[in-house]
Amino acid sequence: MMGSAYTPGLTISKAAIIKKRRRLPLKGEVLVNEGDEVSSITVVARAEIPGVLYNIKVSEILGLEPDEVPGALIVSQGDNIEAGQVVAKSSSLFGLIKSECKSPYSGIFEIFSPITGHLGLRLKSTPVEVKAYINGKVVEVMPDEGVVIETYASFIQGIFGVGGEKTGRLEVVVSSPSEMLDESLINENHKDCVLVGGSKVNAKALKKACEIGVKGIVVGAIYDSELIEYLGHDIGVAITGQENIETTLILTEGFGKLDMADRTFNLLKSLNGRKVSINGATQIRAGVIRPEIVAPLDIQPDKTQLDVKGQVLEIGTPIRIIREPYFGELASVSKLPSDPIEIESGAVVRVLEAELKDGTKVTIPRANVETISS
Amino acid sequence: MKDIKSILATDCGSTTTKAILIEKKGEEYRLITRGEAPTTVESPFDDVTVGVLNAIREVEELSGKTIIDYETNKIITGLRGDHAGVDLYLSTSSAGGGLQMTVAGVVKAMSTESAQRAALGAGAIIIDIIAVDDGRKEFEKVQVIRELRPDMILMSGGTDGGTVKHLVELAEMIVSADPKPRLGQNTVIPVIYAGNKDARESVKEILKDKVDLRIVDNLRPTLERENLDPAREAIHELFLEHVMQQAPGYSKLSDWVSEDIMSTPNAVGKIIQTVAKDMGINVLAADIGGATTDVFSVFNGIYNRTVSANYGMSYSICNVLAEAGVESIMRWVPFELDETSLRNTLRNKMIRPTTIPQTVKDLRIEQAVAREALELSFEHHKTLARSLKGVQSVRSIGEVIDQKETGQTLVDMMNLDMIIGSGGVLSHAPRRIESAYMMLDAYQPEGVTVLAVDSIFMMPQLGVLSVVHPEAAAQVFERDCLIRLGTCIAPVGHGRDGEVCGTISFNGTEYKMIYGTIQTIPLSENEIATVTVRPSRKFDVGRGKGREISVPMQGGVDGLIIDCRGRPLILPSNHKQRIAKLKEWHKALGLEVE
Repeated sequence: MMGSAYTPGLTISKAAIIKKRRRLPLKGEVLVNEGDEVSSITVVARAEIPGVLYNIKVSEILGLEPDEVPGALIVSQGDNIEAGQVVAKSSSLFGLIKSECKSPYSGIFEIFSPITGHLGLRLKSTPVEVKAYINGKVVEVMPDEGVVIETYASFIQGIFGVGGEKTGRLEVVVSSPSEMLDESLINENHKDCVLVGGSKVNAKALKKACEIGVKGIVVGAIYDSELIEYLGHDIGVAITGQENIETTLILTEGFGKLDMADRTFNLLKSLNGRKVSINGATQIRAGVIRPEIVAPLDIQPDKTQLDVKGQVLEIGTPIRIIREPYFGELASVSKLPSDPIEIESGAVVRVLEAELKDGTKVTIPRANVETISS
Repeated sequence: MKDIKSILATDCGSTTTKAILIEKKGEEYRLITRGEAPTTVESPFDDVTVGVLNAIREVEELSGKTIIDYETNKIITGLRGDHAGVDLYLSTSSAGGGLQMTVAGVVKAMSTESAQRAALGAGAIIIDIIAVDDGRKEFEKVQVIRELRPDMILMSGGTDGGTVKHLVELAEMIVSADPKPRLGQNTVIPVIYAGNKDARESVKEILKDKVDLRIVDNLRPTLERENLDPAREAIHELFLEHVMQQAPGYSKLSDWVSEDIMSTPNAVGKIIQTVAKDMGINVLAADIGGATTDVFSVFNGIYNRTVSANYGMSYSICNVLAEAGVESIMRWVPFELDETSLRNTLRNKMIRPTTIPQTVKDLRIEQAVAREALELSFEHHKTLARSLKGVQSVRSIGEVIDQKETGQTLVDMMNLDMIIGSGGVLSHAPRRIESAYMMLDAYQPEGVTVLAVDSIFMMPQLGVLSVVHPEAAAQVFERDCLIRLGTCIAPVGHGRDGEVCGTISFNGTEYKMIYGTIQTIPLSENEIATVTVRPSRKFDVGRGKGREISVPMQGGVDGLIIDCRGRPLILPSNHKQRIAKLKEWHKALGLEVE
């Protein structure tokens, strides 16, 4: 039995120093210097992804044997070739029938294969840019690769999300963490905003948000079927973030209808009107990635106020139950028996006794709770 | 090897590192204790040895033995009296996502399929299969090679003396993609060429200086012959040289071990092959994890392994739902459940993968998914474990050309002797009969089959040990690893519910086999009884319809399991009747429904 058989919980922090590594997919150029202040839209690094090698099948097009192709080529290795340019010519029947081979794309003549009689054309490269994503300061430059940006911010992790990085003004559109976010609460004024709802959002609301141009929605939960309706496809494995959607969705609790935790809701409420950076990318495996909301603060870090991570499970620790039959309920630890005991399913596991909000005491496997900061 | 008294072995999984201590007690090797700790290949540790030492520390605490030299923070190899050091330290690893490969070949159903078998048998996860005839456009293939960033590429195709042109095209495609390996920013990608020997020079000309090229013997030198071992050896070598060296802390771990580190599935494959060989039996084994399900089989001495990368019980649980469909999962649930609840329950398991079922109802839902994950991965296995295998095939060329019709699966349920289940949902099911029940539904063994589970998932460590010290591996496997659930007798055929489909007699007692039922008869793990099975004329238990068998059968924690539900198993199509039937079967096995 592992020493920490409980989920440590997601970070919900009023103020924390956040570092974000911004890295190119391949080597390129870093455009900022250490110490530079950047905004979320600043391009911090750029690279060129080399084009693919396109094979012009000269031998087949001209009806020549591969060893006859070199004599027909009218371009040389290293030449720049434009789309539509003739690269090889041949004639047959004493010059009566003339054939030409044109390049369908622009590129550079990189290679010729004498075995296949094909000409390899390297197509133009595609530029790729990496933006800062958060307002902050460049604290480290990784030469040719990217930068690390640091900011002092409120930081909230969700449990699951879809959609990539977005920035926008945060607006809480519900009055309580148990209120549902439906389409009636979304209007034209919410363009470019990140909206905060309560217990649940539906597919109609998400679609309306997309049409209006809402950047993101943060809410407690969603029905799985409504998420599929919004995305237009099912999600098999838990790797998200690449979806081509206008409105990024972040769930703070899970699937179904679950009230947003008070602490999360209150912190988001305190950020109403602030500019935030969000990312729905989720990866649940080794190297877990959870969706996030980063709201940079205008003040300097107060080291004494920083939230300290690493909660321990002890009597009195506030917890949330994350599996049936008490899924979503908040409680505090009232007993921590050390020996494994048999639970209802018949499994013998380490458990804890939890006191629910109404005072009821229940036994829960330690694996089925997550700690929350008081 | 006779002087080996104490053996330590670790398996570094993607989430947990497990250590076992084996010692010679008298004349036999036994498991002394085990320990585990979270794997530490990710930040903030970025060093696999931290988790290894933590797991070993637990072994030290439980065994009272000193294994780590705390001054150097290394493992003490070489016994120092009875209470310090070990003679052998071995390790397997699947941390950091295991070994991820792309295989490329000319013809999808021929060389490319052989390449898949080579890579899978070497313990790899195949992330893409490229064939000249796979229907995708060239630029699409190039794009995929780039995006997936495999650890290495296995290139095959052409029988010796056959096509050169297509192999040159494949090589050009690899150059065009200019792929970067997943680990290590500044290294070049390893490519193993195991194709037509006549194309070697041309391929070398194109790929030299661009990739780390290894040339090995053609894995399909003629149409009717497969030669997978040279490619598998090259994969293993490159796994050690490239993947292991780039993974955080592995160069340190490599210095500690007495023998090379082995990839986890490769090691499991070794122990399965050893078992099949030593006992002279056909074996099917499955390891169902959170993300993937591995299936291993040995039929008539031919070994196959497949991995279904996205069928698992936590991280990939929703992929099982997506692939199998709601109806397929619901058919195993023995109570009313609406689709929305099922979907939300599985999604919540996916996002909080370490949680466990607390209620019986929740447990039954997970076990329903497990049945589908096992079945889907088994179907996948059957498609690849086909008859052209090993070094020399006895089939004619005529049969080979028509592979779809003649490349029949090697999996033969009637001739299968043993099924071994592994992975949390099987090894840690609250009641052993639940593991047996899941395997019966998913695999539907026919005739007489032994069902077993790996007690604490130590097959990887025993696999690497079987290479170094087969005797110790075999003894621990039999005595401490394998838990025999029981021997299953399943007549093939169909009848009417309640119809007598035969009799079973042993130890002087005769039992009726009633169609449409499942039951257990006590016979302990240590007992072997000669059991006579007399099927009625519509049913077959191995020798043909109505023909009697009389064979020695070993018991197990669940004794003899008599599965007369029919083969193939057909569940009632009527919803209410199906639930009633499932409830009846659960009750017969002593299981609560909800």
